[in-house]
Amino acid sequence: MERLRRTYIGRPTPLYCAKRLTEYLGGAKIYLKREDLAHTGAHKINNAIGQALLAKKMNKKRLIAETGAGQHGVATATGAAFVGLECVIYMGTEDMQRQSLNVFRMRLLNAHVEEVPIGSRTLKDAINEALRDWTSNVRTTHYVLGTVFGPHPFPMIVRDFQSVIGKEARSQIRKAEGRLPDSLIACVGGGSNAMGLFDAFLKDDVQMIGVEAGGKGIESGEHAARFAGGSIGILQGTKSYLLQDGNGNILGTHSVAAGLDYAAVGPEHAFLKDSGRIHYTYITDNEALSAFEILSKTEGIIPALESAHAIAETIKRAPTLSKESIIVVNLSGRGDKDVQQVAKIKGIEL
Amino acid sequence: MSRIRETFRRLKKNKKKAFMPYIMAGDEGLEKTLQRILLLEECGADLIELGVPFSDPLADGPTIQRAAERALSAGVTLRKVLPFVKKLRDYSQIPIVLMTYYNPVYKYGESFFIEDAIQSGVDGVIIPDLPPDEASNYIRGSRQAMLDTIFLIAPTSTERRIKKIVAACSGFIYYVSITGITGSRLVLEESFRRHINKVREFSDKPVAVGFGVSTPEDARTIAEIADGVIVGSAIVKKFHEHPDEARHFVEELRKVI
Repeated sequence: MERLRRTYIGRPTPLYCAKRLTEYLGGAKIYLKREDLAHTGAHKINNAIGQALLAKKMNKKRLIAETGAGQHGVATATGAAFVGLECVIYMGTEDMQRQSLNVFRMRLLNAHVEEVPIGSRTLKDAINEALRDWTSNVRTTHYVLGTVFGPHPFPMIVRDFQSVIGKEARSQIRKAEGRLPDSLIACVGGGSNAMGLFDAFLKDDVQMIGVEAGGKGIESGEHAARFAGGSIGILQGTKSYLLQDGNGNILGTHSVAAGLDYAAVGPEHAFLKDSGRIHYTYITDNEALSAFEILSKTEGIIPALESAHAIAETIKRAPTLSKESIIVVNLSGRGDKDVQQVAKIKGIEL
Repeated sequence: MSRIRETFRRLKKNKKKAFMPYIMAGDEGLEKTLQRILLLEECGADLIELGVPFSDPLADGPTIQRAAERALSAGVTLRKVLPFVKKLRDYSQIPIVLMTYYNPVYKYGESFFIEDAIQSGVDGVIIPDLPPDEASNYIRGSRQAMLDTIFLIAPTSTERRIKKIVAACSGFIYYVSITGITGSRLVLEESFRRHINKVREFSDKPVAVGFGVSTPEDARTIAEIADGVIVGSAIVKKFHEHPDEARHFVEELRKVI
């Protein structure tokens, strides 16, 4: 694993001091953990390669996975190609439309993309279908769950494979600044990139902020902010915060970022919220879209729309802090997959 | 003695097997559900498994998920299903087993649910996404209220697991015929009979088999081995797509069980 991280995934990923963004905001010093530079363009590969090796070790013939934004699907298809296993990716119809580039990438990687046309036709339904497939083919198949969710031990498996992000960031910031940062910021869909960054710092005196998708605003009901707008329930083998109605049925969600468009959140996040260790907030579609452009213009880095939520929170927070304080932001993925969608939102024809 | 145990005892005495059809509560409205239950009873059903609509029915295939969607869009939820069973008791005393996912029960409040279920005349409950490991409070509460708790055994369940599950079951044990979801095609593995016998080694509670039983031929095969045969998706489909053929289909099933 150690060797593969170095030679195949391209780790350690850089911790980059975003000087122009820092100057532009005029407050805290901002570092970006460049998971967008990992192979396949997001942090998802850390977990996918780990679980692909695990499946091979368990003599499974076939990998399946769900995907929202398509990054985890691409990562799993890559893992399957890498170890030589068959691969099926479940993806909601709506997500296939808004992330068509990633659909094509998965097919290039020899994966079969199975469309999920039922329910809300997004990530939640793709997970349902993957769990159904797994129930039917459990003897030959390993389910590569992509986030810190689902039945035990998935939340721990995924966290452990992703915790490399925080371990690297911890030693990198020490080397660069001689101390730990004041704050960490990461976006939270299921919550794997956030858990990956936060895990190594949980015992330190470091403030942590998880950013959920505020969609069109909490009042609109069209969002995926489980902490701001949800309550505790049980879904897909996990007890956590959910967006649900009074009868326990799961509500539809909305976010401009497919990877955050999900009705539940990882159970460890729920625990860390209730214990008060981590602060959770949300960012709306419009704030994320504006952050998407600001980072592109100031730093020459096009972030994934998911990661743009973390950037947007940084844009809000940094100017209120002193120049001595340090923020590390997890830039969990790159934005190439989103450019078509952003152009469409802006009414530009490509 | 619970109505479910009573039913299985009577059948055993007469050397018969239980026919246990499943339908979704509120599919095309609760009025239809009432008519369907009465029809099933008339055709010789011994027990009704009544699905509670849920937005994310993980253990179910497309037939039952769509039925749940129809029921939800008719406004039917757990809060409507319990009063419905209460009303049903004016017309029928057939044992009713609810099949519900855990989140609606959790949201309802576990102890309120147990109390209201028994008050409404529900006899037993199946919660496919609640493993016995997490169910100690629920089992204790149900035992006190005399509500039967039915858990599922899969073809992949180990001996240790089977022991745990049969201990948590009351009324009957639900044996899942295949690795898969409801409405899949029934392909019985060679180990099927051996595995069921394993279950019987650990418990003398009745064993009912479901998932994938869709034709009279399937039902006949299962009835040779099990104490009860559960037929779900095939009946749900018939009622929805060819309601005029439903009676004949159910009668054919009854004949071979």
